[in-house]
Amino acid sequence: MTSPAPETASRHSLPASAFNTNLLTMLDTPRVVPTPEGIELTIKVAGPIARARAWIIDFLIRAVVYMTIGPALAAMGKFGMGLFLIMLFLLEWGYPIFFEMFWKGATPGKRVCHLRVLHDNGTPVGWRASFTRNTIRAADFLPFGYGFGLVAMLMNRDFKRLGDMAAGTVVIYVDQETKAKPKVDAAAQSVAPESVPSLSMVEQRAVIDYVSRLKRWSDDRQIELAMHAGIVLNRETGRDAVDRLVALAGHYTGRVGMPGSSNAANGTNSNNGNNGNNGTNSIPVHSGSPTTNIAPGNR
Amino acid sequence: MRQDLFEQRFGAEWQEFDEWLQVQLGAKPRGDRTYIPHREIPARFRNLARHLALARDRHYGAQLVNRLEALVLGGHQAIYGAQVSESNALFAFIMRTFPQLVREHWQSVLVASICLLGSMAGIIIAIQFFPDFAYVLVSQDQLAQVQQMYDPSNPRIGARQADSDVMMLGHYIWNNVRIGFQCFAGGILFCVGSLFFLLYNGIVLGAMAGHITQVGHVETFWGFVAGHSALELFGIVLAGAAGLQMGYALIAPGRLKRVDALKAAIPDAIRILYGASAMIFLAAFIEAFWSSSRIPPVEVKYAVGIGFWVLMAIYFVFVGRTKLSKPALQVPMSATAPTPSPTPVRPS
Repeated sequence: MTSPAPETASRHSLPASAFNTNLLTMLDTPRVVPTPEGIELTIKVAGPIARARAWIIDFLIRAVVYMTIGPALAAMGKFGMGLFLIMLFLLEWGYPIFFEMFWKGATPGKRVCHLRVLHDNGTPVGWRASFTRNTIRAADFLPFGYGFGLVAMLMNRDFKRLGDMAAGTVVIYVDQETKAKPKVDAAAQSVAPESVPSLSMVEQRAVIDYVSRLKRWSDDRQIELAMHAGIVLNRETGRDAVDRLVALAGHYTGRVGMPGSSNAANGTNSNNGNNGNNGTNSIPVHSGSPTTNIAPGNR
Repeated sequence: MRQDLFEQRFGAEWQEFDEWLQVQLGAKPRGDRTYIPHREIPARFRNLARHLALARDRHYGAQLVNRLEALVLGGHQAIYGAQVSESNALFAFIMRTFPQLVREHWQSVLVASICLLGSMAGIIIAIQFFPDFAYVLVSQDQLAQVQQMYDPSNPRIGARQADSDVMMLGHYIWNNVRIGFQCFAGGILFCVGSLFFLLYNGIVLGAMAGHITQVGHVETFWGFVAGHSALELFGIVLAGAAGLQMGYALIAPGRLKRVDALKAAIPDAIRILYGASAMIFLAAFIEAFWSSSRIPPVEVKYAVGIGFWVLMAIYFVFVGRTKLSKPALQVPMSATAPTPSPTPVRPS
């Protein structure tokens, strides 16, 4: 999900609250999961297309297994046929359950598509939920090609098919952005402390998101987007604007060495050796979305 | 408080929590480190959540907030996602939970029995009087094939000429468990799917059984089915009953939303399905290795078959009942003493 550029705030002089509200009305799939501690987690639910892709990949994997092991078993005559049918049973019903329980909630197809199955309270999926959603898959498949499952997904806010509704699970996108490390050349691009603009959390996050996605865009596109960030640029244009944003992102994520003065007014980062992503990269639930700031109690 | 002071003051706590989290996620604990004792974790986690809320509210930098968010997420998943494994869970399930659930939901079991067993029995009887009725229900080729399978001259009963035991085992596992799951899953379509699959299977099985009986291969066929019929038929009935429970929750959700009523009905339904699947699975083994064998005389097969039905009836009627007898000591009731409840707490 792309955060809207800070250009909106500067050009139209919208107050910060209006800026934040726009994020929720966008067509997007973040869902807020409340926790007993009063913190709200944000998860991004995955729609039918992404799940269909993952299912096709799983289907192909199973097909490859059948086609490789099938002839070997056929050579063993009727005994081999029996084993083949047992393998067919295990792969059709047991394959998703096995991977959801023992491989952190994702079958290989889902893993390739960066999806994961969780309970809808944010916890990893358990035995009963996995068994439920995978046996009710037989109903989701009716009348053909997951017809009922697709209808259920489209009628449900969290894209749950019938099995997910019964089991209380949800399929989410694994957060990619927190894993992307913007590359910063420390020697060439460090930001002078007095030139760091005072940005809100949302705006800081927008700069970080921009830099983490730089590789996806062509040079012209990078420059085009960077030119929208008028509020943070010191009249730089073109490539300099991009470099300035990269340096700022490095500053905000603490990757660039910075003289240690911290400004109490804008709460800039002090130098922390420990990057927030270290050690907990296995957590897929996206919590860094700016939408969490809108929750009551968090401005 | 300035951000760097905030980090200075609480950084050590966060580091300790991070190390504890790594151990929970599977990292090897380093021998010399002392980790947070379990009883302190809830308070630590609440503190961490408080720090995160403060960091967000005071608009501290993105890096700090990211780090705290990652810790809170990890803690949430580790604490609330912890799987509690009960020792003797399997024994408690077999000896207590499963029969109790079947008795508790006897209405759905009754309806499923009528749909499957009733239709089957009715059609078998009908075909004895109207033999051509079988051809209305099932195709001629299928009836011919089935008739040949149970021909007394067949060296292996219930199988085609060259099939082996293991192949039939694979076929029964694949076929019968799938039927059970279909009967269960169809229930989510407001019971319609379950009723359909139960009736359909009852009709087809009844047609084939009735036809073979009417043709005259009585001993081969009924000797074959006797052994595994109890487990398989009642297993499918129970799977259908679980599906009907799901569907009934959707049809009559009471005061809950339909989705919530469904979620409330699922735990019991799934436990019944666990048991039903195990029964069907077991029946597949009996069918493949015992039923098709011609070694035991048919009287033994009948006796074993009836024995299974009786054992099953005893299991579901008597096993798992608590002793509702009076306590040995009659303690005078005081106004404030609570009465102990006689029903056991079901293990989750």
